[in-house]
Amino acid sequence: MREFEYTRARDEAAAVAEIGDGARFLGGGTNLVDLMKLGVETPVRLVDVRRLPGSIADTADGGLRIDASVPNSIVAADRRVRERYPAVARALLSGASGQLRNLATTGGNLLQRTRCVYFMDPTKPCNKREPGSGCPARDGDHANLAILGWSESCVATHPSDFAVPLVAFDARVHLRSASGARVVPLDELHRLPGDEPHRDTVLEPGELITAVELPALALARRSAYRKVRERASFSFAVVSVAAALDVVDGTVREARLALGGVAHKPWRCRAAEEVLRDAPATAASFARAADAELAAARPLRDNGYKVPIARNAICTLLAGLAARP
Amino acid sequence: MSLPLDRVEGREKVAGEAKYAYEYELEGIAYAIGVSATIARGEVVSVAADEVLRLPGVLAVIWHGNAPKLADTEDAELALFQTPRVAYRNHWVAAVVADTYEAAQDAERALRIEYAIEEHDVVLREDDPKLYTPEKVNPNFPTDTFDGEFDAAFAAAPVSIDRTYRTPTVHNHPMEPHATLAAWGGDGGLTLYDSNQGVRPVRQTVAKVFGLEPERVRVIAPHVGGGFGSKGTPRPNVILAAMAAQVVGRPTKVAVTRQQMFAVTGYRTPTIQRLRLGAERDGTLTAIAHDVAEQSSTLKEFAEQTAVPTRMMYAAPNRRTTHRLVRLDVPTPSWMRAPGECPGMFALECALDELARELSLDPIELRVRNEPELDPESGNRFSSRNLVACLREGADRFGWKQGPRREGRTLFGTGVASSTYPARRVASEALARANADGTYVVRIAAADIGTGARTALTQIAADALEAPVELVRVEIGDTDYPPAMLAGGSMGLTSWGSAVVKACRALHARIADGVPADGVECRVDTAEEIEGQQREPLARHAFGAQFVEVAVDVDTGEVRVARATGVFACGRIVNPKTARSQFIGGMTMGIGMALHEESRVDARFGDYANHDLAGYHVPVNADIPEINVSWIDEDDLHLNPMGAKGIGEIGIVGTAAAIANAVFDATGLRIRDLPITPAKLVEGLISVSAHR
Repeated sequence: MREFEYTRARDEAAAVAEIGDGARFLGGGTNLVDLMKLGVETPVRLVDVRRLPGSIADTADGGLRIDASVPNSIVAADRRVRERYPAVARALLSGASGQLRNLATTGGNLLQRTRCVYFMDPTKPCNKREPGSGCPARDGDHANLAILGWSESCVATHPSDFAVPLVAFDARVHLRSASGARVVPLDELHRLPGDEPHRDTVLEPGELITAVELPALALARRSAYRKVRERASFSFAVVSVAAALDVVDGTVREARLALGGVAHKPWRCRAAEEVLRDAPATAASFARAADAELAAARPLRDNGYKVPIARNAICTLLAGLAARP
Repeated sequence: MSLPLDRVEGREKVAGEAKYAYEYELEGIAYAIGVSATIARGEVVSVAADEVLRLPGVLAVIWHGNAPKLADTEDAELALFQTPRVAYRNHWVAAVVADTYEAAQDAERALRIEYAIEEHDVVLREDDPKLYTPEKVNPNFPTDTFDGEFDAAFAAAPVSIDRTYRTPTVHNHPMEPHATLAAWGGDGGLTLYDSNQGVRPVRQTVAKVFGLEPERVRVIAPHVGGGFGSKGTPRPNVILAAMAAQVVGRPTKVAVTRQQMFAVTGYRTPTIQRLRLGAERDGTLTAIAHDVAEQSSTLKEFAEQTAVPTRMMYAAPNRRTTHRLVRLDVPTPSWMRAPGECPGMFALECALDELARELSLDPIELRVRNEPELDPESGNRFSSRNLVACLREGADRFGWKQGPRREGRTLFGTGVASSTYPARRVASEALARANADGTYVVRIAAADIGTGARTALTQIAADALEAPVELVRVEIGDTDYPPAMLAGGSMGLTSWGSAVVKACRALHARIADGVPADGVECRVDTAEEIEGQQREPLARHAFGAQFVEVAVDVDTGEVRVARATGVFACGRIVNPKTARSQFIGGMTMGIGMALHEESRVDARFGDYANHDLAGYHVPVNADIPEINVSWIDEDDLHLNPMGAKGIGEIGIVGTAAAIANAVFDATGLRIRDLPITPAKLVEGLISVSAHR
């Protein structure tokens, strides 16, 4: 095995001070350790941040702040999360398995790498793993890869379920590094691949996610998550949809919509949301909204099926929310 | 017999005390790893062994430039490092041996191999000009059969269908990956702790490859974590362990990784199957043709007997079955649970459903109308044939009713298919011993790969000894015990049980007047009576019927099995508890075949794109509904002393067809290539999903 150093960080300050070139923060290890076994990740040092103190706290404005080390299973079971942001709880529970959710952390979930088969196989080229080596997925095994926002150099998707409702609800991510702290909207955390697919996120080297903040959002109480997948459990989404709807007297005041499994990042559907604003809460509006968003879809040779699935899943999820009392 | 005895080694397994091959420890073990080729076809030009030998803990690098010469290379998959040829991507072209597994891994990663690359072809096509007619199909069936005048009858049939079905490459994936610990003794003998379905074939093959007398090879495998056919014969891990142990002069362990299992431990060939059925308007079949294209490697011919079940399932005077094979730059396919019957019955049973639709006839009725009196191929009587009883009983239990039903955004439909598997046995030996303390020991080189065989044999022995099961211990999985059939072809229990009954009856007679102080034993061989029985002109097969209800999401094409019922006619059931598990396990694997399993061929690189269990999906608990399993009592006196038919494989036969037929019933969409995924359904569902 490749040798590496392991340290357990005492606190956040120590964690960001200890991290250096070639080191990685270790959360639950449910993805990073797999990638180390495969030889995709070869850190010289792991700085374990899973046991940093973490909790879920109410914020002054009525939102929630979830510390990065809180396990996925704890977030999913939190009464406040389930009441105020039910789509977040559903998304978490649709991911992985009970055992993995017990280990996986809030911060780590957002920093999962793509499950593109070429990225995970070091015997093959991949621009994300080895910049400039090429993208065999473009003409190869890509049935479960991107239909939106991909580039010639990368067609990978981001695998997180959790991130999908978070991006719909304008979550913000707290970051800390040795040189200071900053906050970025989740929608700006993950990047589209462009010419630099090796950069999944805007994180600077050594930067640590310390918390995820969900703003107060009344309509998120009427929210839902639908994950489409070939197998009933323990598999990544073909397409997933997070939606929230504020309907008054049969008219949509505001909608929030995001897709997972379709792009290099959780895909906020702003075009669809725009169509829905002040529109009648009818099947026709939902279909128009879905079409407005998916007009940008550029399916690859073998993943065109994702477009009708996304369209149908959006329509049915919105109709279900609209029908709720 | 016939009691639901708990597994006799259950506690040992649950407590983690049952030892599996990789868990044995010996003094001074070395670790070997097979190094996988990163090209799909060509030659190894050079191996930079010296660089790797300088790494700490590395003991040896073995490749064709320095490998010991093997005595026999007839099985080219086992002829490790004898030539520079690379036959498929991830073919083992070298090995590294080290003091620790970690050091071996480092060496494996660091080893630079230079190749001369040739163009490869890994895609099965029905019009490939390289398709040829093999001499026989597995294990020794005629490749083609022709009865009557198929072409004329098919052309003249008032109703006919002509359809092509496809099944993908699928891998066995037993829970326990293949593993071997090999140790050479000072006397030149070889001991192998190995995960396999039969110690005897491992001994015979390894002895041949290394030029040893079989008696010099001892193979030990008391517990095996599944095989599904992939451990029926030794795989390269066994040869590598023995070879590496020879090279470094230390006992050596080899563990095949899950990823390596996609290349070196066998799989089920993909198939392309053309089915043509001609029938009268009342459903009487007049013509059946089943033409199959499938693949093997360039190393070795393995021709799956895909069309063989079509030779005996239904009556029709005019019939043809053919198999064509193409040798591609792929790993060698091999046995996987119900080779032949499993893929072949998918096509035949879907085609029958399509014909029933064409005729507006109930699919059960269509099958009943074509029930043969005699085996259509040989003209022999069936020793017992209760297909119709299974269909009728299953229809009752399931509440058979076709026609789609919609609840909200879910479409429901039902499907049925027949199951079948040959009922065979072969010669085995067994030893039964009575101790003065009233206990008994039975020894036989059988295998329990998770089936419950050890438990069932204990019951069989106790029955023949007229003793309580608590007093009987059955010892298996060791070549020191009397030689026996491997666990395969649903012939394990029938073959071993025959020998155990014979030994125990003989012993029982011997001890009628008491057991001497130092005990007494009887050793028997069933060769004679089995040879005699095989001269009886009878067709011996097990049958079954499977019923499935599926739920299809109209928006997404996600298919879930809502209900499944299987009724089987398999002679006498020895242990209802372990038997139920076998049937449920087979049907579960059939659900995987229908909806999930596919090793996706990567034409550019020549391997399988999804080469781990994250990418290769098998069903999880949430995919499996309550499976209702039952059986019909059969009193078949033409089988073996237990009156039993093997049950390890029949459960997987027909499940996928029943599901495909149910999906058609629910949606009106006929999916003829497995697996049935959302991608294949969603476009067709747009007319019913209706989001306008």
